[in-house]
Amino acid sequence: MQISNEAPAKLTTDHTNPPERPDFISVKDFNFFYGKKQALHTINMDIPERQVTAFIGPSGCGKSTLLRNFNRMNELIDGIHHTGDIRILGKSIYDKGVEVISLRRSIGMVFQKSNPFPKSIYENVVFALRISGISKKSDLDECVERSLRGAALWNEVKDRLHESALGLSGGQMQRLCIARAIANRPKVLLMDEPCSALDPIATVKVEELIRELKRQFTIVIVTHNMQQATRCSDKTAFFYLGKLVEYADTPKIFSNPSEKQTEDYITGRFG
Amino acid sequence: MDSIASHSLDFFDGDRSVSSKTVARSVTNRILSGICITLSLLTLVPLASIIILLLQKGLPLLGTAIFTELPPAAGMSGGGFGNAILGTLVMIAIGLAISAPAGILSAIFINEYAPTSRLAQAVRLVAKLLTGIPSIICGVFAFAAVVMTTGTFSAYAGGLALAVLMLPTILLTAEQALMGVQSAYREAALGLGATRFQTIARVVLPDAFPAIMTGVMLAVARAAGETAPLIFTALFSQFWAKSLNEPTASLSVLIYNFSTVPFPHQIGMAWTASLVLVAFVTIANIAAQTIFSRKN
Amino acid sequence: MSAPEKDIISPAGYRPAPDLFRILCQTASLLTVLMLGWIIYEILESAWPSIQKFGFDFMTTSAWVPNRERFGVLPFIIGTVASSLLAILLAFPLGVAIAIFLSENFLSASIRQTMRFVVEMLAAIPSVVYGLWGIFVIIPIVKAFGDWAVGSMGDFPLFSGPAYGNSLLTASVVLAIMILPTITAISRNALASVPKTLREGAYALGSTRWEAIFSVILPTAAPGIVAATILGLGRAMGETMAVAMLIGNSSRLSWSILSPSGTLAGLLANQFGEAQGLQVNSLMYAALILIGITLIVNLLGEAVLRHTQKQTAGIR
Repeated sequence: MQISNEAPAKLTTDHTNPPERPDFISVKDFNFFYGKKQALHTINMDIPERQVTAFIGPSGCGKSTLLRNFNRMNELIDGIHHTGDIRILGKSIYDKGVEVISLRRSIGMVFQKSNPFPKSIYENVVFALRISGISKKSDLDECVERSLRGAALWNEVKDRLHESALGLSGGQMQRLCIARAIANRPKVLLMDEPCSALDPIATVKVEELIRELKRQFTIVIVTHNMQQATRCSDKTAFFYLGKLVEYADTPKIFSNPSEKQTEDYITGRFG
Repeated sequence: MDSIASHSLDFFDGDRSVSSKTVARSVTNRILSGICITLSLLTLVPLASIIILLLQKGLPLLGTAIFTELPPAAGMSGGGFGNAILGTLVMIAIGLAISAPAGILSAIFINEYAPTSRLAQAVRLVAKLLTGIPSIICGVFAFAAVVMTTGTFSAYAGGLALAVLMLPTILLTAEQALMGVQSAYREAALGLGATRFQTIARVVLPDAFPAIMTGVMLAVARAAGETAPLIFTALFSQFWAKSLNEPTASLSVLIYNFSTVPFPHQIGMAWTASLVLVAFVTIANIAAQTIFSRKN
Repeated sequence: MSAPEKDIISPAGYRPAPDLFRILCQTASLLTVLMLGWIIYEILESAWPSIQKFGFDFMTTSAWVPNRERFGVLPFIIGTVASSLLAILLAFPLGVAIAIFLSENFLSASIRQTMRFVVEMLAAIPSVVYGLWGIFVIIPIVKAFGDWAVGSMGDFPLFSGPAYGNSLLTASVVLAIMILPTITAISRNALASVPKTLREGAYALGSTRWEAIFSVILPTAAPGIVAATILGLGRAMGETMAVAMLIGNSSRLSWSILSPSGTLAGLLANQFGEAQGLQVNSLMYAALILIGITLIVNLLGEAVLRHTQKQTAGIR
């Protein structure tokens, strides 16, 4: 178990901005296999702190697979294995001493399809706190308000916190899932096509929220929507057939890509 | 504001990431998995016990005589239960002769002709209710309808009881089978100018046939094992049946009768009959699944 | 229709014959519906003399003395309910554990497949074979347990002695095994219909497997599991042969689960063959009560199941 020598980012809501690390998440020679099928080929990339990094590419290109490795969600599938390493803040997530449950608790994740639990709005938000044994009402109340405000949902639901989350609209459900993901103050927020099931208006709200959230969180977002990547990301990585083809600042990728494949994809010639 | 963060030790807290609480949670998790696996594997015990006993006690008497000879009288040895095997088959045949056409034709009506009609809804409800009726009620009904009317226990009565038992299984699986036929096939046939009957006979039924047969086989497997509907409709007989209108032996009733007698030979025969019955039911079930999986 | 010049659209060219097959299918449907009516009618008609003679008292008295023409089925109603509830009590934890086992990946897929096959095998074994097996295997075990229980907990009414081999407990143990497949299959469906996204959501928030199961998966599947239990109860109440062979078929009321008891289905199985006169009518009456009880339980289970399906449809 090692702690990075550099000063770890102390993340609280006090907005003192410590120096940002360019390699907050660092992927090193990472290969990933579903059984015999190789899904990712020698990925190397550094994801910067408190920025939005977008993963784009056609379906099956491996972008979601990589995202789901950051919090080891892929381990729910049988027969997977990997080589190489992923480090967050310099610390390997595959280190023997790492309990996968504490890793996941430190990394928020938002899914393609909103997945509120069939419980009240309140219970959804405090889920992560409850499973880690926190039950003091004042802590929970504080967390609910902070998280829902953080997800720009507080004003819409503050009067019905104890009603079922299933009564919310699609966009509200997705923002509730964001609130739930940030409730435990993670440092990283993973978003797997968070807007693909939302209507345009709800999408705009979530995108605004993403831009807001990057002040506190390192965000990685998988998206099919290239406009979305240009609107809310700082850096963009283009994946194709399990390889990282190009990774650069978003404006560069979309205005002046260095790779032919990237250009073909963003101009809509395939994918 | 930081009170929560300090509660939740996480990945970024370095050495503290394996907090005692996290360890406790992981240990609890393992223990629960262990309990769940143990409870599940416990189920193997009764099945293994049944199979071992069936083989151990049923195999010694298993021979050709079992299939060709008549049951021995009380206290006697030798003999077989050919009449009971025949009786079981005959009564299943009678049951099928009633329930298969009724079930399949009803399924065609409620799926192909008038799915939303009041009659179709009634048929679905009745099928559901019949599924939930205890099997012995089928026997009570056949007793009232046939035995009390004709004044004698008979294969007819047993067959009718089994028919009631089989009807809902056949009907509901046939309905599922027909629902599984793509509507594009029907539309294609109708679009070519086929009549409803031609569409059903030449397109829908051939496609659904394996799945319908699965339902029929499942019903046969279930009926073969049932005793309750037969004990006071077909009753039992020590002899080969000369007609369908007299008491008729069946495997399951033989097991019931012989299981409670004090003679070791008869009890051994009950085990052998159980072995034959379980083998028959298992084969019918496997046949049903094979037919089904071949279709998919 | 062979002549191409014929105008096939005009009524003269195309006159559909009455669809005889449709009429045939419709008749079959009608017969199916009438079947249930016929069943109820036959049983009701045969039960009528007894209904007239005993009325409601039939269900509240506990005498069953055929040669004095005194009939009351209270002990059998109680036995039916008690044996089934006890069976559920035993089968529920096992059934849910197996359902979880089958829907989680504790062990390899091939082991889970084997487990599924085992449970399906349990469903395929005939009731009468369970009875025979129970006589040889369960009765001695329960008798030994009973003797011990009477010795150590005999003051407790449920375990008061003497302990018999043919007892309520014996029947319930075998019933529990018999309804296990029903409970497992329906619970497994309920667990399988919990959307994968919910499970992922719980894991992504740092749940352990069992935290996810207890806090999200089981609560979401709960109505389906309740339905499974109720339908299992319905099956247990109608189960006849194994119970008739193991429960002792006594009409004496007792608090002890170690003493013989009787069920409605067992009563019918035992007495119909040799019944005469009013006894037949009374057995028919008992059959009606059995239909009533199982119908209520099954309809309740179906209602819960349908409600569940609607609810989970909302989550998806």
